[in-house]
Amino acid sequence: MSIMQYNGSAVVAMVGKNCVAIAADKRLGQRALTVDMDFQKVFPVTDRTYVGLPGLATDVKTLSDRFRMRVNLYRHREERVIEPETFANMVSQIMYERRFGPYFVEPVVAGLDKKNKPFICGMDLLGCLNYANDFVVSGTASDNLFGMCESLWEPDLEPEELFETISQCLLNAVDRDAVSGWGAVVHIITPDGVITRDLKCRMD
Amino acid sequence: MDAQFAVAGKDFAISVTDKTAASSIVKMKHNEDKTYELTPHTLMSVSGEPGDTSNFSEYIQGNVRLYGVRNLQELTPSETASFVRGELATALRSRRPYQVNMLVLGYDAKAGDASIYWIDYLAAMAKVPYAAHGYCGYFLYSVLDREYRPDITLEQGMDIIKKCMVALKTRFLIQYSDYTIKVVDSAGVRVVSMDDI
Repeated sequence: MSIMQYNGSAVVAMVGKNCVAIAADKRLGQRALTVDMDFQKVFPVTDRTYVGLPGLATDVKTLSDRFRMRVNLYRHREERVIEPETFANMVSQIMYERRFGPYFVEPVVAGLDKKNKPFICGMDLLGCLNYANDFVVSGTASDNLFGMCESLWEPDLEPEELFETISQCLLNAVDRDAVSGWGAVVHIITPDGVITRDLKCRMD
Repeated sequence: MDAQFAVAGKDFAISVTDKTAASSIVKMKHNEDKTYELTPHTLMSVSGEPGDTSNFSEYIQGNVRLYGVRNLQELTPSETASFVRGELATALRSRRPYQVNMLVLGYDAKAGDASIYWIDYLAAMAKVPYAAHGYCGYFLYSVLDREYRPDITLEQGMDIIKKCMVALKTRFLIQYSDYTIKVVDSAGVRVVSMDDI
């Protein structure tokens, strides 16, 4: 079992019609032992951009702190809020900075740009960007998430339909993964604001 | 092989650690205190590599107290835990990281609530109502899941602690003869005798 599976995690992001969604499980464990069932892996970057950080829990914390610092510095220097695509490149740069001693996290960025166009992208632990216009998955349940997303996702989903789709994808993916689940959180990013909902989950 | 666990109620937190200092198969000491008072309302219990535990804890204790003296304002438990995690995370990617597991227990006088921060040797941190480290976790999380309620009183907290000790006594290969029990609440940190619970 690699260090990427040590704490367990599942993150998924999806594109809808003028909206995006990002969802994650809430488990923190040490291999098979569950320690916390309210561990947040998705963090707000701006009002319209979120980042999900599945992987080693220590690096989830370290990276979320570093991203917060870099985004604040960007805001002060540029006097504007960072765009999701710019942020994705910033994340990529921060990941590649540690090329030969990487952070064990595979980030997912989701947001709406200034024209309300949806943006999602995934990354590997070295910062190699993977753009998508449907969905991106990451974490220990990523294989299961791929299967769920391939069968449930369709283009131009409205926010509430997107919520239902992403929730069912995540819930059913983590049920077949031993080290993720134990609660979930979903963020729906729309031009009018962000809807955040906690999901009840199977606790086995 | 250390026993280390904790339970928090709304306005108190209880820390339990065993008193043995072991070297290989030998018990070197029977009255070791594995907890460190960081501020008057924050307590840290440690386990792990023997040299690292005291080295790292004393470094943390010195710096947290220095902050209080310099700024005439003590760090809150959440700030203390973040500081501990930050230092451990920095050391993690150094030539020789500290191998220390910690529980930071605190009472926040301003917010009026108690909290426990679980931090492992990789510097992963979680705010939890109850926690255990090492082999203890495999035995005690089941007991704690069943017994814990968010609105427990100190007496009920002590009952849970007792049930944890019984679980370790009946099922764990290693027998702990004595424990350090400390309570953190609005009055600060105090030791509770094994005879009183």
